Amino acid sequence: MKKKKKKPKAVSFNESGDLDESTPKEESADPAVDELTDMFANLKKKKKKPAATSEESSPAPEGAEDENVEDFDFSAKKKKKKKPAVDVSEFEQQLEEAGVVETGEDDDTFTKEGEEGAEDGEEEEASWLNSDREYTYEELLHRFFKILRTNNPELAGERGQRYKIPPPSVMREGNKKTIFANLKDISDRMHRPYEHVMQFLFAELGTSGSVDGNARLVIKGRFQQKQLENVLRRYIMEYVTCKTCKSISTHLSKENRLYFLVCESCGSRRSVSGIKTGFQAHIGKRKRLPG
Amino acid sequence: MSTSIENLKTFDPFADTGDDDSQPTNYIHIRIQQRNGRKTLTTVQGLPQEYDPKRILRALKKDFACNGTIVKDEELGDVIQLQGDQRVKVMEFLSSQLNILKKNIKIHGF
Repeated sequence: MKKKKKKPKAVSFNESGDLDESTPKEESADPAVDELTDMFANLKKKKKKPAATSEESSPAPEGAEDENVEDFDFSAKKKKKKKPAVDVSEFEQQLEEAGVVETGEDDDTFTKEGEEGAEDGEEEEASWLNSDREYTYEELLHRFFKILRTNNPELAGERGQRYKIPPPSVMREGNKKTIFANLKDISDRMHRPYEHVMQFLFAELGTSGSVDGNARLVIKGRFQQKQLENVLRRYIMEYVTCKTCKSISTHLSKENRLYFLVCESCGSRRSVSGIKTGFQAHIGKRKRLPG
Repeated sequence: MSTSIENLKTFDPFADTGDDDSQPTNYIHIRIQQRNGRKTLTTVQGLPQEYDPKRILRALKKDFACNGTIVKDEELGDVIQLQGDQRVKVMEFLSSQLNILKKNIKIHGF
């Protein structure tokens, strides 16, 4: 990168030195000139920009300028620190070597400053909008996400409030039964009839059960809270969340024996398979075969 | 000549790509059932017809060091039953040995 950069710079400088400004004033060694050079050097230090040299030089090497600018955009900010030292020293060296004293007009420097100021702003990813060149994809992307994040952060990936479903409260009844106490609460949160959730649970767990007087679910068999949580999660994935927009404000509708999941926030519809128990091995004592 | 140019090929964007989920797939269901105590039973339902369930069962039994049987069900055909919770292992076996896609295997239970 560095080498590549040095070359165009040198060229451009020579061009500027020879052709544009300094040729007429080459012989004139004023005391003011030194001052100006000093100022110029200071200016250089302040800017710390290699692109500046090429820009000052002349509008002719436009390609080179573009390249520089672009390079600058893509290069990380680390490089910025390295360059200025090299740049300034190189620049001064060249000045001394050539014996050329640049006396840029004041107006000129000012315009440069203005330009460079704009460039610096661009570096801060804010005011590149004002520049005439084509915006790069990355800049636009950054801008988009910045605006999106400020205006509606829930769309920018970070969901402020995930849907909250309380964890199932599970306790044991006796030795062989499990009580799922807040089934009603959970199914209300999911906007599903608890019968549907119950059916799913029984099909998945391969057991049976019933609802007791306090709207608690009694499941046959021993289950831990974690296990039921997994099953519930699968239920939510399958029968509650909208696959398109991931929202859970959906409802199930039944048409011609088929269940459809209709999203209320985005309006998408998808069919969901009914709950099937599948094969059930019979457990326990086998019936005595006839004969 | 024109056929060699990519852009000129007619392409129907609405045509079926063949690998969408809408077509009915025969899922393989792997379930678990609780027995008494800590004991469980794994059932594998919906194995493809081209495989011999007996040989699969033999391989499974040997691999997982468990017993198992084939249950003949009127609707669902042959169902493999294995002792213990072998769900993940069965899925690994099916996907690695029989080249069954994992998305066609459904694991049920907790």
